[in-house]
Amino acid sequence: MSKFSSQDVQRLGLLARTAISDDQAAELAPQLESILDYVAKLSSVDTTDTEITTQVTGLVDVWREDEVKSSKLSREELLQNAPSTQDGYIKVRRVL
Amino acid sequence: MVWDKLPELVEKVRAGEVSAVSLVQQSIDKAKESEDYHALLEINNQALEQAKSIDERIAKGEKDGALLGIPFVAKDNFLTHHTKTTAASKLLDNFQAPYQATAIEKLEAEGAIMIGKANLDEFAHGSSTENSAYGPTKNPHDKSRVPGGSSGGSAAAVALGIVPFALGTDTGGSIRLPASFCGVVGYKPTYGLVSRYGVIAMASSTDVIGPITRNVSDSGYLLDILAGQDPLDSTTIEREKSYQSKAHNLKGLKVGIVSEHMGEGVDSSVKASIQSAIDKLKEAGAEIVEIDMELNELALAAYYVIAPAEISSNLARYDGVKYGVSAENAGDLLETYLKFRGEGFGEEPIRRILTGTFVLSSGYQDAYYKQAQKVRTQITEEYARAFEKVDVLIGPTAPTPPFKLGEKQDPLSMYLSDSMTIATNLAGLPAISLPVATDDLPVGLHLQGAQRTDKKLLDIAMSVEDLL
Repeated sequence: MSKFSSQDVQRLGLLARTAISDDQAAELAPQLESILDYVAKLSSVDTTDTEITTQVTGLVDVWREDEVKSSKLSREELLQNAPSTQDGYIKVRRVL
Repeated sequence: MVWDKLPELVEKVRAGEVSAVSLVQQSIDKAKESEDYHALLEINNQALEQAKSIDERIAKGEKDGALLGIPFVAKDNFLTHHTKTTAASKLLDNFQAPYQATAIEKLEAEGAIMIGKANLDEFAHGSSTENSAYGPTKNPHDKSRVPGGSSGGSAAAVALGIVPFALGTDTGGSIRLPASFCGVVGYKPTYGLVSRYGVIAMASSTDVIGPITRNVSDSGYLLDILAGQDPLDSTTIEREKSYQSKAHNLKGLKVGIVSEHMGEGVDSSVKASIQSAIDKLKEAGAEIVEIDMELNELALAAYYVIAPAEISSNLARYDGVKYGVSAENAGDLLETYLKFRGEGFGEEPIRRILTGTFVLSSGYQDAYYKQAQKVRTQITEEYARAFEKVDVLIGPTAPTPPFKLGEKQDPLSMYLSDSMTIATNLAGLPAISLPVATDDLPVGLHLQGAQRTDKKLLDIAMSVEDLL
């Protein structure tokens, strides 16, 4: 049974905020399916007593003092890549 | 001129035998001469100016700097001044970084000069550099073949002699695979040893930065400069005192061969080259032990759940609001997102974003993502058991020699190129790929060590390099 239809792919695309055309979806569906078929072999491993990996070198809670420091960068430099700005702010499209 | 080892080259610059300008000019000339290979995406047009100011400093007697006047290239996912940073994506076509990566800052502080940015698979997603939105890099040994990926431009630039070293990133093999395919040395440090501040994130739990060099001692020399904790990257770990490599005694060295890496699915010419390297080690007095690592075989499957999950999160920041080319005629905010990302990302990033979104989605997270992270724990434990018995694990870096451009159309068959390097990343271990002498296409010997034993691994690698 096919796990993925083109519609499923487009639904995932919407969740990921990435538009997927009909042609792309038709091409991606079998590819995603073969990737998921391949990774399905993980289910054969008994992991009942295994903890999940959360950090690989054993670091926990790396803290620093919460100090206020001034930025080395100017507002202009920080905004230079934004496609649309106004009065020193990033301009965003209307949400409501 | 062929590049000397880095400390020798620096000595010549210091002594005034060669100028920084002449080295940078040599790099740029070679880059232009090698344009056909498409190793670089952009040349830093201020590199000569920077070299001139270094020469002026030297003339005034200011001769400090472990990389004084040395040219290099960085993979185009390092944020740098003087050039754009595109990650080989159309989406960042005109991105000018406001600050530089810590790694670049450290190299420049030692007097190194970045002459350009190297090609890569878009956002480092790939094993061949064919996924670059600006076209593939070609293998320096055979133009019809791939250089490996995703740091293909960096490895090709070193193999072509454009620069004596390059910076790459390795999330599942992206330094070692291209090093193997291009016949150069590629070093992947222990996870967290080198700061990733200012490097475009791919899969944060496995991403590392490392050097691609002409020899092992240069890799150690560079790691000595790059390693160390950085307040700007909270995953960085304590470093060892020095990484300057010294020969390690091979007599009595316990060398493990992962049986699964010398079995079916490995090209016979690769197997023969690796076997002859193993024979040389045996002659030198090393003790060879075969080790079964069944879980290692599952690493690729675990990676292709964990990495896409992290990628889908990390790439969420590309929303067309903060940077990138705006989707001009989009209506509302949702449409801006959909359009900007749908049009901007290439095929492979989209595949990974969707796979990651799926494995993290409600109802599937436990079966895919959590199970993969548990298998990852078992893979790490299997390595720990192996390193109780041996000093180093040895095998091929890649199952095949460099393949033809366009040969691997099916995404899964491309993923399999990383089957020997990927487990290292899941366990956070250090590893290196060394070129093995062949009559034909390059083959890489893969050495893996225990976590946080980078110095020992480099020392062993240096002695193995002498044997090969």
